[in-house]
Amino acid sequence: MTNTSEAPSADVLMEVKGLKKHFQVKKGYFKKEISNVKAVDGVDVTIYEGETLGIVGESGCGKSTTGEMLLGLMKPTEGSVTFMGKDLTAMNKKELREMRKDIQVIFQDPFASLNPRMTVEELIGEPLKIHTSKTKKEIRNEVVELLEVVGLNQEQLKRYPHEFSGGQRQRIGIARALALKPKLIICDEPVSALDVSIQAQILNLLKKLQREFNLTLVFIAHGLPAVRNISDRIAVMYLGKIVEITDRDQLFAGALHPYTEALLKSIPVDHPSLRSNYQPLEGDLPNPANPPSGCAFHTRCPFAQEICREKAPSLEEHRENHHAACHYPLYK
Amino acid sequence: MVTKTEQPNEQALDVNNHSAKTSSSQSKKWIKQLLKSKTGTVGLLIVVSVILMAIFADLIVPHSHSETNVADRLIPPFWMDGGSSEYILGTDNLGRDILSRIIIGSQVSLLVGISSVIVAGAIGLSLGLISGYYGKWIDQVIMRLVDSFLAIPNILFMLIILAVIGTSLPAIILVLGVTTWVIYARMVRSETLSIKERDYVKSARAIGANDMRIISKYILPNVISSFIVIATLNVATTIILESSLSFLGLGIQSPDVSWGLMLSDGRDYLATSWWVATFPGLAITITVLGIIFLGDWLRDVLDPKTK
Repeated sequence: MTNTSEAPSADVLMEVKGLKKHFQVKKGYFKKEISNVKAVDGVDVTIYEGETLGIVGESGCGKSTTGEMLLGLMKPTEGSVTFMGKDLTAMNKKELREMRKDIQVIFQDPFASLNPRMTVEELIGEPLKIHTSKTKKEIRNEVVELLEVVGLNQEQLKRYPHEFSGGQRQRIGIARALALKPKLIICDEPVSALDVSIQAQILNLLKKLQREFNLTLVFIAHGLPAVRNISDRIAVMYLGKIVEITDRDQLFAGALHPYTEALLKSIPVDHPSLRSNYQPLEGDLPNPANPPSGCAFHTRCPFAQEICREKAPSLEEHRENHHAACHYPLYK
Repeated sequence: MVTKTEQPNEQALDVNNHSAKTSSSQSKKWIKQLLKSKTGTVGLLIVVSVILMAIFADLIVPHSHSETNVADRLIPPFWMDGGSSEYILGTDNLGRDILSRIIIGSQVSLLVGISSVIVAGAIGLSLGLISGYYGKWIDQVIMRLVDSFLAIPNILFMLIILAVIGTSLPAIILVLGVTTWVIYARMVRSETLSIKERDYVKSARAIGANDMRIISKYILPNVISSFIVIATLNVATTIILESSLSFLGLGIQSPDVSWGLMLSDGRDYLATSWWVATFPGLAITITVLGIIFLGDWLRDVLDPKTK
């Protein structure tokens, strides 16, 4: 990537403030609330035009839920998502539908995200059919163009998804997301279901498209290696909160949060001599219905102190453009 | 990865011609596929001949279906001792030709069997889709309605309705349809519940598709195969249900005839004259088999994976 930093002058495309999603588990005739699963618990992040923001975290940390809220597919419990000056959470159905032209999504599993009963032409042409008044022929021509952009060819127009491989299906999904020329694309682990050899192709394709169409990408993944190559900035999530957010290079050069450090250390190295004597994290992600007191990470943190058990740290700028939520950030 | 091959101009031409070709090539493709599937062909043959038989029934019957002839009562089929070539499939207890009765009976049985399934299917499919897709209170209301239909015995329900509105062919079709829709509604609802959580439905929402579009383009095409299978199987059940109505005196009555009515007429003679009940029974079996074969083929045609 050429442009690494979130130059403060860059235009803000989306501003997320205090985003929360709590799922209430209710039982009985009187719908007594028995627990409150805090899937996303206060996410603040700003997305700048043209950048790629990687969101990383382990399963269950709320990253996909966050993605769905950014898409407007899920109403947040609290907080706001401001996209191009308008609050997505306050929109009615019609405004939301209109807004979808600008925010699109690429799903994780290309085998589940394409309607098996539609041909490639219908799949990719559908957004155009819904949002434009183009004729069938115009739509077909655009679909053919889109197919070429994503590296498929027009012979495949009349085929059904099951006739394609995983990588090809993901290309179809990308073409579908691209059809309306959106400004922002949320990629929800778009390569984690693909073969390793295909992953690089899809990532390169996304990078190419980002340049060509001036896209802003939010790239959700569960490990740092997947986002390293494509992201400008990386946010690390743990139990519904962002624990660290900074430029990619700065993050890889020295993490501030022990959790990020653990993620970095768990990346396999090229050579045995490069292995560190790092001990992997123990235990599982705590139950988001009953999060630990204080810092959510203290149960697994090797450096946890008394204050970590009592007081939750807030996301603070410890270095320039480098925010972390930790009482004892790791300075290197 | 697909390496993009440079296609010559003819490819581009082909794409532009597609729209003109699709409608005619679509039906051609279906017929081609039908002939490829053996069971589909057999099913089509059976169903078409039964329908033709029903349409031209009055022209092809060798005897009157209703005229009684006590002298010729309970004649066995022609290949048995005492059988005559005049009554190929024998006669019943009143001396009526069984073949003629089967031919005339096909009219009512086909009409009742197929139309009631269409009525029931239409109600069940739409309520099932609405219930499964919208959930919440709509689902609650529809599912409690289904429960109450299941709680009342079918026969009792049909008796009450027919007793109130009187029996006629449309009334019978309506009643049979209204009592059997719950099967479809439950099946369609549960399929809808699982399909609406799939990623491709989420993707439809993400591109801004409205509910109508999601139901018709994403959910309906994906529940239709199971629906067709259940519906074709139910044609048989409905033909038999009609016979139980006739038996209770609220269905088709003599001198009109249906296969179901013939079945129940023949049950008294099963021990001595098996043919009276067996041949209408066979007629039901063969017709239903044909419909099932045709339904299987239809399901395969609608599923792109089997192409």
